[in-house]
Amino acid sequence: MMNRFMQSRLRGLIVLALILIILPAFLANSFHYELVTQMAILAATVVGLNLLVGYAGQISLGHAGFFGLGAYFSGIATGTYGWPSVPALLVGAILVAIIAWVVGRPILRLKGHYLSMATLAVGFIIAIILNNERDFTGGPDGMPVPALEVFGWELSAFGQYSLFGLTIEGFQAWYIFASVVLLVAVWFALNLIESPIGRALRSVHGSEVAASVVGVNTAKYKSLVFVISAIYASLMGGLYAHFQGFITPAVASFEFSILFITMVVLGGMGSTFGVILGAVVLKLLPQVLADFQELETVMFGLILMLTMIFMPKGLLPTLTAIVSRRMRKKAGGEA
Amino acid sequence: MLAEFLQYLFTGITIGATYALIALGFTLIYNASHVINFAQGEFLMIGGMATVSLTAMGVPMVLAVVLAIILAGVLGIALQRLAIAPAKQADVVTLIIITIGASIFIRGIAQVVWGKEYHVMQNFSSDLPIRVFGAVLNSQSLWVLGIGAVVVVALVLFFTKTLTGKAILATSMNKEAARLVGIRTQMVLMLAFMVSALLGAVAGIVVAPITFTSYDIGIILGLKGFVAAAIGGLGSGVGAIVGGIALGIVEAMAAGYISSDYKDAVAFSMILLVLFFMPRGLFGAKVVERV
Repeated sequence: MMNRFMQSRLRGLIVLALILIILPAFLANSFHYELVTQMAILAATVVGLNLLVGYAGQISLGHAGFFGLGAYFSGIATGTYGWPSVPALLVGAILVAIIAWVVGRPILRLKGHYLSMATLAVGFIIAIILNNERDFTGGPDGMPVPALEVFGWELSAFGQYSLFGLTIEGFQAWYIFASVVLLVAVWFALNLIESPIGRALRSVHGSEVAASVVGVNTAKYKSLVFVISAIYASLMGGLYAHFQGFITPAVASFEFSILFITMVVLGGMGSTFGVILGAVVLKLLPQVLADFQELETVMFGLILMLTMIFMPKGLLPTLTAIVSRRMRKKAGGEA
Repeated sequence: MLAEFLQYLFTGITIGATYALIALGFTLIYNASHVINFAQGEFLMIGGMATVSLTAMGVPMVLAVVLAIILAGVLGIALQRLAIAPAKQADVVTLIIITIGASIFIRGIAQVVWGKEYHVMQNFSSDLPIRVFGAVLNSQSLWVLGIGAVVVVALVLFFTKTLTGKAILATSMNKEAARLVGIRTQMVLMLAFMVSALLGAVAGIVVAPITFTSYDIGIILGLKGFVAAAIGGLGSGVGAIVGGIALGIVEAMAAGYISSDYKDAVAFSMILLVLFFMPRGLFGAKVVERV
């Protein structure tokens, strides 16, 4: 039993790694690389958010707040105060974790729509502060962020590097880096899900009352996963800031929070690989729809609505259910 | 001193009355279906924008208002029939995303039809302001309060005196029991969305001369309505009205005495504070979870 869990966990990771290795064969220019790098960073963010939404069953409509805090902390610490990137990322994540813990304790007692409301409010307050503290954040106009620097190595999308004798462009280096980050993020999430913490979380999702009756400290686990998902958001926000080289308060906005939760729900709540698909689809869709010009927004809303109506469980769970039903039918026919 | 305070109070009560109408729309749909309709703000936008563009085409004001309200009502029915009803077994979050999809869709159409500019609507009556103890009261504010009051009285009569209203109440209390006594609950859900859309359109029209109107005005107004409904306690009509007015006043005071940049932050801090001490809002029903 345990072995099979290990295997299926590894299999998913290996498939994801293979896709990430093969993908560059289909990428023609720096714009494509930029797009998939953004996808990887956003996907890693929603892998974290999914721990909260998909496994613990708690809604957050304000996660961009944590993403934005991480982005601005990295930007301000490295840009304004000249910190190295890694300490800035880590200290930012610790600060966001503390904020999430302080805020999470009272608001995670709330249920359903009240929790949506409270998380939405937290996200909004963060976005408003980032918008108005012009001296630190540059206000609505945004601020530039220096290139990421890892142990003396500067990773810039415009640089040129040599790796194992090969010359690679900066955007390709960023793609490799973001791919590794995504794999690590997924690996950590998969391990957490199969740990005792993960089982406790799923029991909270099933029935919070039943979970607390059998001795699960539901408040503790909910806060814990809220903090973990906020750390994911903060770290990815920081990386996003370095990658983009420029950030505006839009990274903390309500629209961005909605984008994150939509990636989770569209891809498939509770499916780590599903939410990655959700991130890919939602990042790709506007590119595909750009041909429709002024009808772009209309089409986007329509597709979102129709997908959720006909695939309420999300893209990946629905697709795998269809495939496994076919396979079973085939196997049944042969027997 | 007093004039300043009164000025903020008038502004707050006026915008608060609008929030109350939006919150009532949320409450109605929440009671009938336990859905939080994130497309609620779009009904306001449709009401305001349709009125502006119809009057610009030469349609008399009163007729334009009626047509705009009907348009929103049809949209409400369509939303329930085409988007909410087919997704019966969906999760709460999934339903939220569906209504968000609907709001993006509606906004997209509005953007194509009416463009991205702000549109100005004339005051309903004279532009001359009224002076009260040194504070200025916009005549449109009186229209907002008057129409708001009429709508609330009409709603109370609808829910207590008419069979249809009572059927909606019965369905919100216990759907299965309502069906057993012969209430067509699907019909009731449709009605709830329609009435909610009408309320939204009315709010959108009366407030348009004060705030102007544009294709994306529904986002923030809808959110404020949600905040007001949550402050009052989801599902409570009295709560929606109290929550709306309270939110409007707090916002206006914050803008006046603290900083207009932070007025929304004050509003969102207020909801956190309320929920911190009263997890079900001011008037929300206590629900016991069955295991």
